[in-house]
Amino acid sequence: MNFKIIGTGSYVPDNVVTNDDMAKIVETSDEWITKRVGIKERHISVTDTTLDMGANAAFEALKDAGTDPKELDLIITATISSDTACPSLACLIQNRIEAQCMAFDISAACAGFLFALETAAGYIARGRAKKVLVVCADRMSKLLDWSDRSTCVIFGDGAAAVVLEATEGGFYDSVIHTKGGNDVINIPARDGCSPFYKNEPQHPYLFMNGQATFKFAVNSIIHDVNELFEKTGFTKDDIDVVVPHQANKRIIDFAQPKTGIAREKWYVNIERFGNVSGASIPIALNEMNKKGLLKRGDKILFTAFGGGLSSASTIIEW
Amino acid sequence: MVFEKIAEMIADKVDMDVSEIKPETTLEDLGIDSLDVTEIAMDIESEFDIEFEADASMTTVADIVAAVEKKVG
Repeated sequence: MNFKIIGTGSYVPDNVVTNDDMAKIVETSDEWITKRVGIKERHISVTDTTLDMGANAAFEALKDAGTDPKELDLIITATISSDTACPSLACLIQNRIEAQCMAFDISAACAGFLFALETAAGYIARGRAKKVLVVCADRMSKLLDWSDRSTCVIFGDGAAAVVLEATEGGFYDSVIHTKGGNDVINIPARDGCSPFYKNEPQHPYLFMNGQATFKFAVNSIIHDVNELFEKTGFTKDDIDVVVPHQANKRIIDFAQPKTGIAREKWYVNIERFGNVSGASIPIALNEMNKKGLLKRGDKILFTAFGGGLSSASTIIEW
Repeated sequence: MVFEKIAEMIADKVDMDVSEIKPETTLEDLGIDSLDVTEIAMDIESEFDIEFEADASMTTVADIVAAVEKKVG
């Protein structure tokens, strides 16, 4: 048993922060940010919680799929910025949308959507679930050091969701890699206030080695896509659309020619959203879906990379 | 040989004539940022089939050439 995506949704906060706005917060400029990462603006939450964004995206995806929340067998949420350590964000979303199925989170940062799809595929293949809601939601703005100009300009807040339905047809396969370590990307969790714990407090915000991240990202795209082609027998010409993780436009610009997949097949919207972690790919997918840019039967290649370090590439049939 | 190849890569990256790239040319003169350096380093890795990390001590084209020559022997 395989699956198809039968509905998509997304949500971003109303508050749009431009590069000129960022230049009032840290020493930077529209020119520098545009050249360095290809971002013009991002949405930053004023009152939206991670749950608010995730649930709003879920409602839209369920409506698009014509699926009642009661029909869901499983909710998988990919997040690194849940409002609560417990319950999981998936549990909070299950409550908000009034679903009754099992629900859990996975943590794979920017590759979270593809890790979630692969996990859902396992449940569906074993006959444990027929309808699955996958939600990616991150309020990256709460993880950032807003005095660090090298990172705070890159990210945005938002969420996206898809509804999966078990089907005999369709195609799905993926490759997933983990290169564990926190020297390239690190986001500390709470240290707590135990009177017994004596270690130095961690700097409580996102750290990223930009050059090492860039290199990992580009190498992952090239390696994972080639591995996936070998695994599936597909070639670059079989792919109709590529939706890459929107981390930095220059990663896409540098990696794309090395994959051999024509530039016009790559969908890029980073200039309007920044890097929204795991939600980046499904936000782009939803945008394409709502604009009518996808047709049934299209072979879509997703490729993602990020904290973990984690990377994944997936081919689905629309 | 290494210099010519690297000069070609840099010229291509910054859209300049290769004759304008000299060993003493600084990366700053070329308007190259750290991601450009990473891209050039990755191209060097595939071209020369070596592991190559650029670091902040490399400020001129000659610095990069010397580091690559050391690796390729």
